[in-house]
Amino acid sequence: MKRSNAPIFWLLFGAGGMLSALLGPMLVFITGIAVPLGWPLPSNLMTYPRMLAVAQNWVGKSFLFVVIALFAWHAAHRIFHSLHDVGIHNGVVAQVFCYGGALVITLVAAASLLSVGF
Amino acid sequence: MNETASRPACRPFIRPMRGWWQRDPFFIRYMAREATALAVALYAIVLLVGLVQLAQGEAAWNGWLDAMKTPWAMLLHLVIFFAMVYHAYSWFDIMPKTMPMMFVGGRRVAAATITRIGWGAAVITSLVLFALAWSWRP
Repeated sequence: MKRSNAPIFWLLFGAGGMLSALLGPMLVFITGIAVPLGWPLPSNLMTYPRMLAVAQNWVGKSFLFVVIALFAWHAAHRIFHSLHDVGIHNGVVAQVFCYGGALVITLVAAASLLSVGF
Repeated sequence: MNETASRPACRPFIRPMRGWWQRDPFFIRYMAREATALAVALYAIVLLVGLVQLAQGEAAWNGWLDAMKTPWAMLLHLVIFFAMVYHAYSWFDIMPKTMPMMFVGGRRVAAATITRIGWGAAVITSLVLFALAWSWRP
């Protein structure tokens, strides 16, 4: 019998769901509301040299990679399994679109994080 | 309304599925829960674009920072924020059903306990993250 690849996608979905439940709201608040507004965090929190240092540091690099990739795989899995509920056939095309999208996001994130150096 | 009228009499009745999830609050909550994935996907893309800009240099990164300050971007992030909060709420709300049964001292851990631990953990990690950002101020 062919081994199912479902547990891998389920694991990525679960890990991404957990990470986005624990950190998602505050991350969005910081990068999307607080810093652009300049309140309650200063608007110079995320200047180029500071963010470059984060992306070059191995802890920061891993964090950015894990957040972007796992959020993407979580969303891809959930959207794929909801397609049927909104009347879209969840066939190969949908599968390639959802999981392919997550794969592209993962690879682009990895390439960018490697290109900023260490 | 009467979708069967136009069909020949021999055809079986097919229950119309249009708007099925609006019929029951349970289904509405289910769809709201699933829809949070769109916000998670959108945010992953926003961060990815920022990362790509960062890798391209200072001018590109400042372009991303400026884009985040536009009213539309802030409105979008406000929507994503509330979707994320609902995701966090519902993720732990359904966790007793999605995780394997847990036993402590031979007794099954109550669903409400698991949910409350999850919500508590989310509040703590959020506060820790904010404290980290706060202490990282220039």
